Amino acid sequence: MPQRLPRNPFASSTTSAVIIPPTDKPAVRRPSTSKGNRLSQFFTSSPKSKEQQTAQAALLSAVAAQQQHLLNNPSPQISAPSLSLPTISLSTAKGGEANMDEPPTTLFQPPSVAEAKRQARVDAQFGPLGSQSHRYVSKHTGGQLVEPVMDEPPYYYLLTTYISYLVLIIFGHVRDFFGKRFRPERYRHLKAANGYAALNSDFDNFYVRRLKLRIDDCFARPITGVPGRYVTLMDRKTDDFNEHYQFTGTYTETLNMSSYNYLGFAQSEGPCADAVEETIKKYGISASSPRADAGTSDLCLEVEDRIAKFIGKPAAMVFSMGFSTNATSFPALVGKGSLIISDELNHASIRIGARLSGAMITSFKHNDMHDLEKKLREVISQGQPRTHRPWKKILVVVEGLYSMEGTMCDLPGILLLKKKYKYNLFVDEAHSIGALGPRGRGVCDYFGIDPAEIDILMGTLTKSFGANGGYVCAEKHIIDKLRSTNAATLYGESPTPPVLTQILSALKIIDGELKPGQGEERLQRIAFNSRYLRLGLKRLGFIVYGHDDSPIIPIMLYNPAKMPAFSHEMLRRKISVVIVGYPATPLISSRARFCVSAAHNKDDMDRLLSACDEIGNVLQLKFSTGVAGGADHLPDGVTPEMEDDWRKANGLQGVVKAPRWPLREVIANGVQDVKQPLR
Amino acid sequence: MEFQDAQKFVVESFNELTNKFHQVPGSEILIRYIQSSYQNDPVRSAIELILVIFFIRYLLAPSYATHTGNFVTLTEEEIDDLVDEWTPEPLVAPQTSFEKEEEQKLPVIVGPSGPRSKLSNGKTVINLASYNFYNFVGNEQVKEKAIQTLRTYGVGPCGPPQFYGTQDVHMKTEADIASCLATEGCIVYAQAFSTISSVIPAFCKRGDIIVADRAVNYAIRKGLQICRSTIRYYEHNDMEDLERVLQKVVKDQAKKPLTRRFIVTEGLFETIGDCVDLPKLVELKLRYKFRLMLDETWSFGVLGRTGRGLTEAQNVDASQIDMLVGSLAGPLCAGGGFCAGSADVVSHQRISAASYTYSAALPAMLATTASETLNMLQATPDILVSCRENIKAMRAQLDPRSDWVRCTSAVDNPVMFLVLKPDVVNSRRLSTEEQERVLQECTLANGVLITRLKSMPVAPGSNGKDEAWKLQPALKVCITTGLSKKEIEKAGITIRHAITKVLTRKTSSKLSLPGV
Ligand SMILES: Cc1ncc(COP(=O)(O)O)c(C=O)c1O
Repeated sequence: MPQRLPRNPFASSTTSAVIIPPTDKPAVRRPSTSKGNRLSQFFTSSPKSKEQQTAQAALLSAVAAQQQHLLNNPSPQISAPSLSLPTISLSTAKGGEANMDEPPTTLFQPPSVAEAKRQARVDAQFGPLGSQSHRYVSKHTGGQLVEPVMDEPPYYYLLTTYISYLVLIIFGHVRDFFGKRFRPERYRHLKAANGYAALNSDFDNFYVRRLKLRIDDCFARPITGVPGRYVTLMDRKTDDFNEHYQFTGTYTETLNMSSYNYLGFAQSEGPCADAVEETIKKYGISASSPRADAGTSDLCLEVEDRIAKFIGKPAAMVFSMGFSTNATSFPALVGKGSLIISDELNHASIRIGARLSGAMITSFKHNDMHDLEKKLREVISQGQPRTHRPWKKILVVVEGLYSMEGTMCDLPGILLLKKKYKYNLFVDEAHSIGALGPRGRGVCDYFGIDPAEIDILMGTLTKSFGANGGYVCAEKHIIDKLRSTNAATLYGESPTPPVLTQILSALKIIDGELKPGQGEERLQRIAFNSRYLRLGLKRLGFIVYGHDDSPIIPIMLYNPAKMPAFSHEMLRRKISVVIVGYPATPLISSRARFCVSAAHNKDDMDRLLSACDEIGNVLQLKFSTGVAGGADHLPDGVTPEMEDDWRKANGLQGVVKAPRWPLREVIANGVQDVKQPLR
Repeated sequence: MEFQDAQKFVVESFNELTNKFHQVPGSEILIRYIQSSYQNDPVRSAIELILVIFFIRYLLAPSYATHTGNFVTLTEEEIDDLVDEWTPEPLVAPQTSFEKEEEQKLPVIVGPSGPRSKLSNGKTVINLASYNFYNFVGNEQVKEKAIQTLRTYGVGPCGPPQFYGTQDVHMKTEADIASCLATEGCIVYAQAFSTISSVIPAFCKRGDIIVADRAVNYAIRKGLQICRSTIRYYEHNDMEDLERVLQKVVKDQAKKPLTRRFIVTEGLFETIGDCVDLPKLVELKLRYKFRLMLDETWSFGVLGRTGRGLTEAQNVDASQIDMLVGSLAGPLCAGGGFCAGSADVVSHQRISAASYTYSAALPAMLATTASETLNMLQATPDILVSCRENIKAMRAQLDPRSDWVRCTSAVDNPVMFLVLKPDVVNSRRLSTEEQERVLQECTLANGVLITRLKSMPVAPGSNGKDEAWKLQPALKVCITTGLSKKEIEKAGITIRHAITKVLTRKTSSKLSLPGV
């Protein structure tokens, strides 16, 4: 363990539920019940119990109406004091003759403490939908996929970013220089000792030691409980600048903008968890054997069948890990004499799989179809290096949704080229499956493309389905062959029954077979949330990367010092976010990444927007120039089609206004504007 | 007129430019420098100018040559023709007949994979093909714990460990394993199979030297392939050969800068079942100053009095092993893998082991199950004793008694590898494929399900010759405590008879075998 543990922080954690501290969102139930109680105490002195009841009923109905109002128009601006409103109506409600013969029914029964706790727990994993208008269908609007405009900050920020790194590096070297002389024991692991070369090279370790360590507390924050709408962090502190941490024994419940919980299936209650429990009772935990030995259960086959149907391919196979799905799939498909053309931003698992396959590898610029075509023409015409023999196979590999950029692959463009250049296409849908498309079936669904046009559709079950593992879908003869040539099937453990059941029930919910309507709600909520948040951030003035419908929303921070600052400020506001910097991104484009989930509701998005607004002002993060969206409304009577003419008429051609909307405006307009094409 | 205008314009703009230039700070110095150097040495100025131009060209040029000398320049039409002409091979080759047969025979288990499993054809068989050595699959206590975890943590952690995917249960499992092995630390991966493939490249870089056993498993091979280090093999389990190789490496490298050196081997070999001589290995590694990576995937939870693995069985301090890799998915009936070692070794992996950093964390319930079953082994080592009795009972039925096969496994290995005896193979001149076919016929006989060692997949495009190590085809019989000694003996007899029947059948000779 790298952490020193002052005491055993696990003592109770596995057996009992974590105590969830009250959230700081506008708690709907608790204030209303306490108000009700206090008021009813006030009335206990009243002799007429009937009257008391009616009055109380009136009060409660008022509270209920208030609550309904809150639900319909959720907004963090509504604060508790407005709940004192019913006091006035009490006196008028008294003595109403007509009310006398009303049966003493209670309109609003305050939930019992246990029930309220349970509900709070459920809501912490999957937030209630504020209003039916907070839904949207994720679908490509037709035409070519437009590349998102990459906005750039003023040069001043780029320059200071470079300077910051320079300073960090110089300081690092200075500290190393003195450190190595005065505190050699701290560098011992980087030096050859006793005839052993150092385990880590000094050079490779420099980044970790001098850059990452400074912001290490923003990474790998341990959590407990379900990473749903909220995630409970285990508080830790450090006395030695992030070398070691101590757990304080306290927990913080934060809004979870970091987990890949796209459809909100990270839940410990509900139909999925119930089904998983049944499976554990019936099957046990493990199949304890690779698929090719005796690890193929009826459950595996059912899940494979289901996934194949869901994806729209004839056959599928499942694996116990998404990473190794890629790492073993490529060696089974291509080898010497074949070529892999890979998007430059493809995931590490794809790169490792490609390297293991022994095929030649080349890459093209991220999502750049011209570059891909140029590469294709070159490699096909030149053939294999040296021998010039034609390539046996060419496999183009792209991801459906890129997890650091928030961009989608240009599938229509790639398929156009595929017709001409006859290559095979492998699409990794790790992030897009479930998260995109009107039926949640990934990029094909989003673009309205027949999955048959793509040779191999791979994806992971870790993200949208709240399970673990990966799948590969293809024609039946391909899958049949892969079953005997894919090493993870032959030697890797098979997926465990509980995980398989989680996948199965998640798929059933998405398809509407289980809890009809819920799947659709999940899909439409994530689509709404993604657009709402993206538009809001753009209007506030942030530089946001990615396509409009993508649930991965990176905002640019640039300066390295802003990464920890942003993360800490967010944590202070009880929001957990992921920050990414070099080497996962290019040196200058450090970013914070929000992963939107169906478990969030508009309140959560507003809470995040308001936090971003404040932090953005403090940290000077509102860089956007307006070229990438967030523009003002068109004046009344001007439709988007008329915009060009209107601009010409008013001499506004080429004028871009930097968007700096006030938060109030952003929230007030968001819901309607999300339904239009974002501008 | 016009000419004068133009001249005037040129002069004016030249003056303006010089003015502008003079306004730039430092321009005076530059001008003075150029003037003086020109007066002194015009040649030098010329050379400097050329240098500046060259420098600019160098800056603008791509950082590496995009084309080798072998590049053929073609016209667009030629390229179009070549594109039209090019037809790729099918993405996968057709299934071979053996593969088809295998697929049809693949057992599909309906319900739990306990000691008696129901197959999809409705028959209930004795399952000696699952690594369910201690029958934890059916253990109610384990299930109870898993359900508790489910109700607190859900199923998946929905994120990589570095991004809020590390849960307290993972840390607890890590601490449990570390304390059980008495190492400084431990890191839990989400899949056992890919653990070692990631651990190796996390430490071994280009220029480092790895000495590995010739018989290491597929996952290790892939790790070795990806790490770009120099690989030397030694004969399987031959400590003398290992010493020779080590000496040679030390001698060859004596003059060169010191690089990291590793020995990579397995505790119980995945493809043979035998056991490494760990004390000797540790002695050699210390003498020649190598680090040791030991893959205990098949021995952790199996060997030793309380199942702590090879280190416990052979009385070696686990902290002597620099990287000790094991599985939580096999005998422990949970999921995931781990690597135990010093604090440095563990923390290095957290940021540089690919399948840890770039993959989602282990589901919480698998982590707690692993802790639970590990504790059960510690608390009640009797389970291991009864497993070993079953192993002995099975072995007695097979190894000395069968005329056709012998067991290559170590005595305590619950996975018994049965290979055809050399004289059988020689007298019938059975090729590897033929041995595989013969053995395939033995895997399900009279209600006893066993399995077979799967040969390593041959990469497409390779001719299969570059695999230096050929696996000897083998049957695998997995012992479980879910069956009584009597039942195990009975199953052993069934297996023995099935093998005899297949091998004495006239038709089982090469003639009847359809072409591969
Ligand atoms: C594109 C892509 N492929 C594969 C994976 C690996 O999936 P898993 O986390 O299930 O191992 C990821 C996960 O981050 C990914 O982003």
